[in-house]
Parts: sequence; structure tokens; C-alpha cells
Amino acid sequence: MSPRTLTIALAGNPNSGKTTIFNNLTGAHQKVGNWSGVTVEKKEGVIQRHGYELKIIDLPGTYSLTPFSIEEIVARNFILEEHPDVVIDIIDASNLERSLYLATQLREIDCKVLFALNMADMAQSRGIKIHTETLSDLLDVPIVFTVGNKNEGMDALLKKAIELAEKTHHIPEGRKVRYSQDIEYAVSGLQAFLQKGISGELPYSDRWTAIKLIEDDKLVRDRVLTLAGDSRQAVQDEIQVARQYIIDRFADDPEIIMTDERYGFIAGIVKETVTTSARQRVDISRNIDRVLTNRFVGFPIFVFFIWAMFQLTFTVGEIPKAWIQSAVSGLSSALELHLSESLFKDLLLNGVIAGVGSVVVFLPNILILFFCISLFEDTGYMARTAFLMDKIMHMIGLHGKSFIPMLMGFGCNVPAIMATRTLESEKDRILTILITPFMSCSARLPIYIVLAGTFFAGRAGTVIFSLYLTGIVLSIITGRMLRSTLLKGMDAPFVMELPPYRVPMAKSVMIHMWERSKMFLKKMGNIILIGSVIIWALSAFPQNITYSKDFTLEIEKLQQKGPKDKQASADPAARNTLEKETAASIEAIKRIMKAEKIENSYMGRMGKMIEPVFSPLGIDWRGSVALLSGFVAKEIVVSTMGILYAAEGDNASEALRTALLSSGMTPLSAISMLVFVLLYLPCLATMAAIRRELRSWKWMLFSIGYSTSLAWVMAFLVFQGGKLLHLGV
Amino acid sequence: MLLSDIKEGQTARILRVGGSGALRRRIFEMGIVKGTKVYVDKYAPLKDPLEIIVMGYHLSLRVEEASQVTVEPIQTDDGQQTADNRHLPSTA
Repeated sequence: MSPRTLTIALAGNPNSGKTTIFNNLTGAHQKVGNWSGVTVEKKEGVIQRHGYELKIIDLPGTYSLTPFSIEEIVARNFILEEHPDVVIDIIDASNLERSLYLATQLREIDCKVLFALNMADMAQSRGIKIHTETLSDLLDVPIVFTVGNKNEGMDALLKKAIELAEKTHHIPEGRKVRYSQDIEYAVSGLQAFLQKGISGELPYSDRWTAIKLIEDDKLVRDRVLTLAGDSRQAVQDEIQVARQYIIDRFADDPEIIMTDERYGFIAGIVKETVTTSARQRVDISRNIDRVLTNRFVGFPIFVFFIWAMFQLTFTVGEIPKAWIQSAVSGLSSALELHLSESLFKDLLLNGVIAGVGSVVVFLPNILILFFCISLFEDTGYMARTAFLMDKIMHMIGLHGKSFIPMLMGFGCNVPAIMATRTLESEKDRILTILITPFMSCSARLPIYIVLAGTFFAGRAGTVIFSLYLTGIVLSIITGRMLRSTLLKGMDAPFVMELPPYRVPMAKSVMIHMWERSKMFLKKMGNIILIGSVIIWALSAFPQNITYSKDFTLEIEKLQQKGPKDKQASADPAARNTLEKETAASIEAIKRIMKAEKIENSYMGRMGKMIEPVFSPLGIDWRGSVALLSGFVAKEIVVSTMGILYAAEGDNASEALRTALLSSGMTPLSAISMLVFVLLYLPCLATMAAIRRELRSWKWMLFSIGYSTSLAWVMAFLVFQGGKLLHLGV
Repeated sequence: MLLSDIKEGQTARILRVGGSGALRRRIFEMGIVKGTKVYVDKYAPLKDPLEIIVMGYHLSLRVEEASQVTVEPIQTDDGQQTADNRHLPSTA
């Protein structure tokens, strides 16, 4: 017989230590996904304990259950619709008064609730003593002490939860918040009406439904009105009567009055259960904050941390990145040697390994980056960065927390987009994700170096800097524009808790880092794999193309000529030189073949087909093909250009330069191409990340369409404007 | 007087929270309710947002949002003392 399964939901304020407790309870047995239809992370874990199978769900951290944010809706719907056996509310003991707000709301819903009074040791050291028994009696809710970061009280918590789940008796009557007389009158009036007036069964308890209706809760109201059917209008009128009754007496919105009264109720409880000793220990957290958000040194320290994060990610990260790179190329050359020449081999080497390999190499950077972000988040510094940067970000219509993801975009857009998860408001997240691709990522740098280096030798630095600046300016303009159009009026309030600084726990940082990286490998792997194969197929087919000359014959001739000449020359040194020359000629022919092959491939044909689109920008068909190939990863633009311009050698940037200079490209068309590269559609991995994080094809397509049209318009303005002014032609 | 007029290190008592809709409700839910004492801990280096201590925890809000909150300043001998007493339950 399989053990009985109990569902336990963890609720609590952000920073209450909820995640730590969840990690302690479930350890490695956790599954991270998304709540259906929204971008809020869903974490759950299944464990076997005390003869039960316990399914533990980590609800999003919220301050309240008012359905304003998606997190709150998700948390509330789970409790209301999924009926977990027990809800554990994690309460930060040193923050009792505010934590009790969510707790009272949980108590109002008819569910089995249990409080975990977390970090009471810390509260005690801050001079706060909580009389738990009184608290438990007053609220009629069992309380368990926990110290999340020391892994204390976990077993007791589970035991109590199981005990509560198995209890059959009904939720005690005394467990409601008693509002003032006038409100109680309105509530009970509406409650009585609902009992009589609605034929169908109410999905939630009468009292709770009445309270929510008076609070003008949209979700509950819609639900009740649908249920009411014909008596819809009567129900609506009755709700209005109840609301008006309160408005007449208090001269304010009922929802505000109720919030006020809940806090009044809480204040009463706190008064009876908490004693604060006058003497208080030095508040370490506050002293740290005095330095880190100081008027003068706050910003320099912030810049230093960001600099350190970048150094770690993109400099130290290069070392393991190089290992992976050599492992990939090792695998590639091993296969090159052992597989016989075939289409499959080509697919494997140039499609799968080249494509997936180009993404896998970013794993170390991503691991390190997320390690740093986890540190920022777990210590509480992340909230301070938002505090410091909000003024600047607010000018673009964004939240201070958008700064870190956007900044990371300069390294790689993929982790940057994944980092927007720290943003609470969905609109902020969408906006940040849409403008992050304009942060010029490191993959675009090789292209800048080649083009700017070739055409603006002495001023390459200035040109590249201007490109970065252009990206930033356009992101600001885009941000402001979208805020006043598509994402209008959704500027989230900043009201944000600055949690006390905490020493991060290794376990939680590791779990966090691993989750992100796993997601990166899994999801990116899929789409990158498919994308690379498509791009490979476009450049590999059709197979039987007719070359402009019979290159195979020419190579054969050269190979035959070789031995003849060798015999003619007796001098070994001269023979050696001859051999080298022959090899070089063969190489050159092979390169021309490769270029012609790409030219005649579907990719090349597409490049030629879209050439008319690019010619107003001063970009020829080869540039177009290179740009198309940059879709997989922007670095590839350089290698495609290398192939198309038939430059010598594998890594001969010098040769590519010569080839570019003689190709008819002008400094002006180079600038135009650079602008296009900066702005045009994000690479495949970035697109996959956008699609994943926003859970929407629509926004992904919008991002592609918007960035590419912007790129075209900007490049057009640059090229045509420059031509008019006779600049750099 | 508005909360945004209170200087660093001063304490005030909430009289009224203005504004409308989600923001107003959110401010209430974070514990900024009538009669509560708030201590203005500091302003960000760029003078916006500001950090206050309310109900024993630190909360930041924009000047724009703070200007929706009407308060009456509480005279104290020194700011530090007020900050230390911030855990006391505050009822109207």
C-alpha cells in the first residue's frame, strides 16, 4: 500500500526565511517549474516522512493575499482552489507585526494553518520576547519554533503539520478577525443575503466571500456573479449597499478600512504577546547599511561590487570556458578523424557540435554570474542596489531592480534576461527583457573589433564606445516609449522592504545556482540544437551545386603536378618549398570552393534574395548572409564573413581585413553594418530566453520585429545620411 | 505635513494616506496605517527614494509615494532613541 499523500503549502513574506526552510525540508528533491500561465517560479518537493508522502509547495513570497500582483494571485488561488492539507505560514519573529498581516488573512480563509515562528533567536537578541503560548491561544493557531538557517525545528514542523492534517474537527469559530460593529453589520448582512440569494454552492466560506466582496475583490466578485446567474443584478446591488454602508460611516474605501482594522487587531495581539526590552544590542545590519548606502561611498562601493562581479564572470570565467572550448574542439577533431566523410558527419560536426558547443561554453560564465546574483540576493544587497539606482531607472520608467539585469546584458543577454526574475512586477519584467538586447553583449564585440579595426584603425575605440552608447540611449528611448504606449500606466509602486543583511547559506546559494544552470542547459539546449541544425541545413544544402570552375580537377592537377616537380628538383629544400606551395594552392582553391558552396546554398540564396533589403544600408549579399548566420550566435557573423570573403587561414583576422578592404565596403557601410549588428534580432539563445521568461511567443516576436526594424531604420539613417553628407564614402 | 518633508533622523506619526488604487492599498498593507510611528532613516544618495523604519522593519519608498502620506512630526530629544523604541507596538 502506498503511503498517504499530504500536500503542505509554505506561505510567508518575502525574506521571512521561507526558501531556506523549503530547502531544508526538501533538500535535493525539488522540482522547479512555473505556475501555469504565469512567470512566477513554482517550487515543489516530495519527501517521505513519518510514513507519509509529503508534497511540499513553496508558494511565492507575499505580504498579503490581495490579488494585486501575480504572486499574490498564485498563492491565494493555490490555497483556495487546490485545498492543500495544511498551510504553514513562515513568520519572521523579528518582524512579527507586519508578518501577522498575511497570517490574519490566512486565518480568515478556512484552511488548516500552522505558524512557523522563524528566527526567534535573532529576535531575542534584538530584545524582542514573544510569548508564544499567548499568541497561539489568541490566534487559535498552533505555533512551532524554527531556526531556518540552523536547520532547527524542521522535524517538529512536519510532525505538527501531519498532526494538523489528520485532525478532523472543524476550524474553530473564534478564529476570525473581529471588525468593528459597523463592518460586522455589513458583513453579516451580505453573508445572510448570499446564503439565501444564491442558489448554487459558494466556492468559499460565506463570511470570507462576504468580506472579499465588500473589499471589492475582482476575482471573488466575478466568481460570485457568474454563480448568481439571473440574480446577478440583485447581488451586485446588495454588494453596493454593503459597501456604501461602510463608506457612509467611515468616509473612506471599505478595503482601506478593513486593512486598517486588521492592523488594529494585530496591534492588540502584539501588545499582549510581545515584550521589548529597552536595551538593545547594536544593530549590525543597520551599521552595514550606513556604509553601503552612504551618500558618498555608497555608489563607489556599488560600482566596485559590479566590477568584481564582471571580473569574476567574464575574466575568471574565461578559464573554465577555455577548457570546455578545447573539450568541444577536441571532440570535434576526434570525430573528424574517426568518421568517414558523409552528410551525417557534416551535420554532427558543423551543425550539432558547433551549434550546441557555442552555447555550452557559456556555462561557466552563467554559473559564476548566478553565484554572484545569489550572493547579492541572499545577503540582502540586491534590495540596496535597487535603492541606490531607482532614481536613475525610474527615469526610463523602470524599477531600480531592473539595473542589474540590464547591466549583465553587456556580458551576455541570456543570463541577463534570466535575471529579470528578481523583478516582482510583470510589466517591469517585460520592459526590462525587451530593452536588454540593446545592451551590447560580449558576443558582438568580435564583430566590432573586425569591422571598426579594419575601417577606423586609429579611432576604433571611439567607434566601439559610441556603439555601446547608442545601445544605451536607444534602450532608454525604447523604455520611455513602451511605458507610454504598450505598457502604459503600469508603473509599479516602489514600496520595497530593505531586509536585514544576512550571512548567505552555502546550501541555498548552491541550490539557486544549480537550478538556473540546469534550466539554461536543458531549455537552451533544446532550442539551440534545433536552431543550429536548421542553420546548418540551410548552409549545407543543396549538396550538388555547380561550381564556376571544376575545382576538383584543378586540385587533382596540382596533386599530380607535385610529384613530377619533386622528381625534377633534386634539392630537398627546394622540394620542400614546392610542396608547401602546392598545399597552399590547394588550400586556396578549397576556400574558394567553400565560399561558392555557401553562396549557392539556401542560406546564400536567401542572402541574395534579401540583398535588396540590405542594399539601402550599404550591405552586400555577403554581409546579408553573415547577418543571417549571426542568428545562431552573433560571433558567427565574423566566421561567416571569413568564409564568404574567402579569407586565408582559420584565424586570420589580418587576412579578413585585407579581404574586406578590397571588397568594396566603405567606412560608411561598415558603420551601417555595425549599427545593424548592435541592434538587430537577438541571437537564438536570447530569443529562447525571452520566450521562456515571458512565456509568450507574442512578446518574443515583438522583440524580434521591433529590434530588427529599429536596426534597419537606424542603419538606413546612418548610411543614407552619411552619403548625403559625403562622409566616409 | 507630508512624509516627504520629514528630515533624516526624524520621527512622525501617520495621519492619512492619500493616493488611490493599488499603490494606496499596498502602502497600507506594508503597515503604514493611521497612528503608526515612522522614523525616516535616510535618503538615497540621489535623494530618492527614502528609507523609513516602520513596525520595526526597513521600508523604502519613492519621494513621490511618500508625498501621498500626511504625517505629524513627533518631537524627540534625539532621533536615535526613537529608532530604538521602534519595536513598540503602535496603536492609534
